[in-house]
Amino acid sequence: MTGFVKRLFSESTLIPVVSILIGLILGAVIMLAGHYNPFLAYGSLFAKAFGDMYNFGETIRQITPYIFTGLAVAFAFRTGLFNIGAEGQFIMGAVAAACVGVLLDAPWFLHVPLALAASALAGGLWGSIVGYLKAARGVHEVITTIMLNWIALHAANYIVRTALLEKGMARSKYIQESAWLSSPGLSELFDHARIHYGVLIALALSVLFYYVLWKTRQGYELRAVGFNPDASEYAGINVKSTFVKTMFISGLFAGVGGACEVMGVFHYQTINAAFPGYGLMGIAVALIGRNTAVGVVLGAVLIGVLTYGASGMKFGAGVPEELIHVVIALVIFFVAAGGMVELLIRRFRKKNGTVH
Amino acid sequence: MAVLQVASDLIQTTIVFATALVFAMLGGLISERSGVVNIALEGMMMVGAFTAAIVTYFLETNAGLGGSAPWIGFVCAIAAGAVFALPHAAASVTFRADQVVSGVALNLLAAGATIYLCKMLLNGAAQTPTLKHVFSKWAVPALSDIPYLGPALFVAYPTSYIAFLLVAVMAFVLYKTPAGLRLRAVGEHPKAADSVAINVYRVRYAAVMISGALAAMGGATIALTTTSNFSHNTISGQGFIALAALIFGKWRPVAGMFAALFFGIASALKSVFQVYGITNYIPVDFIYMFPYILTVLVLAGFVGRAVAPGAVGKPYRKGER
Repeated sequence: MTGFVKRLFSESTLIPVVSILIGLILGAVIMLAGHYNPFLAYGSLFAKAFGDMYNFGETIRQITPYIFTGLAVAFAFRTGLFNIGAEGQFIMGAVAAACVGVLLDAPWFLHVPLALAASALAGGLWGSIVGYLKAARGVHEVITTIMLNWIALHAANYIVRTALLEKGMARSKYIQESAWLSSPGLSELFDHARIHYGVLIALALSVLFYYVLWKTRQGYELRAVGFNPDASEYAGINVKSTFVKTMFISGLFAGVGGACEVMGVFHYQTINAAFPGYGLMGIAVALIGRNTAVGVVLGAVLIGVLTYGASGMKFGAGVPEELIHVVIALVIFFVAAGGMVELLIRRFRKKNGTVH
Repeated sequence: MAVLQVASDLIQTTIVFATALVFAMLGGLISERSGVVNIALEGMMMVGAFTAAIVTYFLETNAGLGGSAPWIGFVCAIAAGAVFALPHAAASVTFRADQVVSGVALNLLAAGATIYLCKMLLNGAAQTPTLKHVFSKWAVPALSDIPYLGPALFVAYPTSYIAFLLVAVMAFVLYKTPAGLRLRAVGEHPKAADSVAINVYRVRYAAVMISGALAAMGGATIALTTTSNFSHNTISGQGFIALAALIFGKWRPVAGMFAALFFGIASALKSVFQVYGITNYIPVDFIYMFPYILTVLVLAGFVGRAVAPGAVGKPYRKGER
């Protein structure tokens, strides 16, 4: 076997794949228990996601933010940090882009980069609060990110309410057209789906993710800290500043993702009563993708197809679309409890007499 | 006397809000004191709220039960919460999974499964109809006749009395009984506990399941007192405020109760502020943010210092050095 094929069947790749299968199978079992037809349901899910150009474009639109938040979570994981805060960083990026988009007048070639830069900064700074509190105060990042998500939700609402509000609506004014990431040409290609240039930015950032982590000294240090912070400290790496840097870059990924939703899809920022859920799905994406750039893109495709296709499941087979959240939750759970899956794989291998 | 009336109303509302937080805070406490991180309180509350509402609904419409329906619903919610917590225990204790990821998965699972089941059982409706029978307030004889103070403190939902009673029970069990000592030992130093023949795994399994039961009681109390139904936003962040209260109370039951009451006041003030137009000066968004900001400050040591149980989040492997 070549190295690539070997890697494809190694346990670290097999666990997410088997987890996805278990999730889908358990989803089917749940559907059977509710007297639904799982084949029809999954069939209509994929038909919805890929059925025609419009839906295909919308599927790509749905996948795009998951790439951003997946990269954010995966990047932090590489330094051994668990960023549950992609949700909040995403929101701060979105509101920053909305501010620049609404309040500033500029030609597009300045307006778009400025809005993106503002969102990168907002998301990055929101993330680096977490890194700072961990480095300087020893506060565990999981708790701070949870708390900062809620603070971001309400802070963003406050900013929209006071500075950007469209009278009588629960959202901001429309951003100037010069700050749009959507283009009529691209949209027309996909039968007027809301696909936008954000997907190219997402792919570019995936390349950057790979480059920074594996081709730079900085990235080497980040990964070293992720493997063993004590050894890294001893080797002369400044672990504390690494935490802050990592969380800045992680937040930056999520923040730009938020900007792309505002600039490419909605062209305004809503007042949110609850989280849109992109950060949460980012955790699933990073776990499925094993924190690699290619894995994150593939994970985002899976989650995007499932969540967008879910509505097709409802029309095609009468299955409530929330089932897909159950399936994704099960996938996350089994990836996390890799021990359970390993046990299954080992048993299967033993039965088939494969010597490992 | 208008001021006293407002204060009296405020305390009453505070207690209603705080009751659910106290239940869930206690749930988080028992789990984390045993060394298992529980960020799935939110999901466990959802399961509790859903079970309580759906059971009560079917009992009152199909079985013709009256005032006993919410009680049976409440008990079913407790059981459902404990069962729902079992996978978290299995993942965290037996399979040494990342406890935070497992919690994230459980939250998502609860959000999806409750609405899915709701739609399945109620022909596509995403929420239960308004329940006809929910808990009504109990007045403590004599004490409730005290002007202002009586209605504020001694006219409350039965679940409020249960919640505050459980704080006392928890404090007693945790600090005055062998079981509590074992729980704390397992959470602080599992190896030491193991060496004196305490079964670390069993203690943690029990703690996580009780945690689910307690958090579910918190969810059930919201469905059966405040909202009188279950929908997707019945539980929207209370589980995380309870987590904040747990940390703000530094993982101690009585302090956690005061933290829950404090955050309850913040929620109650919101309605009072809106009535009296104070929200023109203090935006409502800041009142929402308040518990979370405070928690970050406490954790960072700017306001006191909160230190988590020693072994929290670390899976235990028997016989490992």
